[in-house]
Amino acid sequence: MSRRTLIASAAVLAVTLAGAAAQAQIRIATVGPMTGSYAAVGAQMKAGAEQAVADINKAGGVNGQQLVLEVGDDACDPRQAVSVANQMASRKVAVVAGHYCSGSSIPASKVYGEEGVLQISPASTNPAYTDKGGWNTFRVCGRDDQQGLVAGKYLATTFKGKKIAILHDNSAYGKGLADETKKSLNANGATEALYAAYTPGERDYSAIVSRMKQAGIDVIYVGGYHTETGLIARQAKEQGMNITMVGGDALVTNEFWQIAGPAGENTLMTFPSDPRKRPTAAAAVAEFKAKGFDPEGYTLYTYGAIQIWAEAAKKANSIDGKKVADVLHGGQPWDSVLGQISFDKKGDITTADYVFYVWKNGNYSEL
Amino acid sequence: MAYALQQLINGVTLGMIYGLIAVGYTMVYGIIGMINFAHGDVFMIGAFLSLISLTLLSVLGLSSVPLALALTLVFAAGIAALYGWTIERVAYRPLRGSFRLAPLISAIGMSIVLQNFAQVSQGARVKPIAPLIPGGIQLMNVEGFAVQLSWMQIVIVVTTLAVLGVFTYLVSATPLGRSMRACEQDQKMAGLLGIDTDKTISLTFVIGAALAAVAGLMFLLYYGVIDFFIGFVAGVKAFTAAVLGGIGSLPGAVLGGLAIGLIETFWSAYFSVQYKDVAAFSILVIVLIFLPTGLLGRTDVEKV
Repeated sequence: MSRRTLIASAAVLAVTLAGAAAQAQIRIATVGPMTGSYAAVGAQMKAGAEQAVADINKAGGVNGQQLVLEVGDDACDPRQAVSVANQMASRKVAVVAGHYCSGSSIPASKVYGEEGVLQISPASTNPAYTDKGGWNTFRVCGRDDQQGLVAGKYLATTFKGKKIAILHDNSAYGKGLADETKKSLNANGATEALYAAYTPGERDYSAIVSRMKQAGIDVIYVGGYHTETGLIARQAKEQGMNITMVGGDALVTNEFWQIAGPAGENTLMTFPSDPRKRPTAAAAVAEFKAKGFDPEGYTLYTYGAIQIWAEAAKKANSIDGKKVADVLHGGQPWDSVLGQISFDKKGDITTADYVFYVWKNGNYSEL
Repeated sequence: MAYALQQLINGVTLGMIYGLIAVGYTMVYGIIGMINFAHGDVFMIGAFLSLISLTLLSVLGLSSVPLALALTLVFAAGIAALYGWTIERVAYRPLRGSFRLAPLISAIGMSIVLQNFAQVSQGARVKPIAPLIPGGIQLMNVEGFAVQLSWMQIVIVVTTLAVLGVFTYLVSATPLGRSMRACEQDQKMAGLLGIDTDKTISLTFVIGAALAAVAGLMFLLYYGVIDFFIGFVAGVKAFTAAVLGGIGSLPGAVLGGLAIGLIETFWSAYFSVQYKDVAAFSILVIVLIFLPTGLLGRTDVEKV
């Protein structure tokens, strides 16, 4: 054997060994806006993913293998999201906990779907992400239209026997919200006294307010944005009505209070609950706090996404995207920092994540 | 009955606001036969000027509401008048001898300029203001339905009627009004007879813009929320009101505004809220079929 052949075979051996070492690890990824105007969210996702990987590895990894985290940056730009998705797929990641913006998650999910990569978004709430997604799309946050489920049920039980009006502004968001709320309200045995649309962008809602006054309305559910909701609250008060306004996540902005003023007192709205306050998150929160990091926003959602994937991969005894997806679609509950979560056939969580917040004296807090 | 009365109050207030803006459209049309599409945006500028003035005055510690409103009215009307004069000088006067459509396009351009100017300088978000004239009176209470009339609604109706009275007097009984009417009939002849037509037209724009500022202040006080886009929506309605009432006629503008406000409100009250604009504009079309010059418009005698 010549010296040259010896070196060559040694090199081949080294490469094979390195390959074997890499095989013993599982690559997973989180992709989000690590730069740009939402970079704060990107930092939360990265911290959540790092902590989840560290905790899973400490507990023995997945199927006897350790996890390695890749971090991708899409800057919430759909084009960059697609190129990062291709990059992640070429690195053979098993799962992507991302992206953040729905506009990025949706095009990226196509790439992942073709490459056999599972995607669990911690934050994209647009219904189209799972409605039009393939076999591989999941999310651990709520959907925009799940707010209606929560709102309708709450209205039916809390305001039993009161007269409820449902208004919407004919926008995709507003009408979607109002229709889902109506459906859920009716399913819970209550009927609205008035269902009507208003024209957004106007300032005068006195006619519709008087109409509600005539109908003796006690509670107004508005599927719409904060400007019109604030004006309706204000004009209702001016006309001497004593009503409770109820709305969606669009009202969680200080501008609502500026417009409505004291008329906005006790206004209720649905918004995702703070995952830091859930009992299942206590241990993880303590770990984050020990490191001097406040796990706010999407930190725990990202943590939970990876945690659930790891559990499902253990159950499937495989990290193959389709096999894990089948297990996740199975509908069984998964324990996570976010609480017990199960997925439906589309990949949405079955227990809506929304709770009520209330405006008091210019500030809002969880009810 | 109580319900109808409440809706009547709503409709009259809305109509009076449309009418107040419509007076500005109709004055300019009356004198130079041109539709000043930028008028709605001058109204928006007036509302912003009022907001700036009220904010400044409250920062300076002025606590008397009537005094603050009076100062704001003078400030907003004054600056808006300057806008009106500049717009006429820059966008319309150079095109006066040109073909008919040129100033119209220039007016639409001016409208876009003002809108974007306000959007860039004041931001695209809505600007709220706390109610300055709160409260009102309860007219009657029938089976739990209380009919409310707020002080602000009374202020709006009184202001519009006062403005209408003053301007009707101005146009019909003062030397300036005489020059305006002369320009309306025949600019060239008026010029030959010694009327400074440029000055008269300038003054019309100045007065129209000041009026728009008054409307802007009322709008701000009544609804409490403004943004850079209010001029468009209100402008379209006010322009329709001016046409319905008979463009060129001052009482017609207020009557037209009132008609549109009442149609919108009563349609929303008894039929579908969504179709109120369809109803208002359908009635406009029907009226124009039978009365092509509007409710109070005069038929133009063709000069030979």
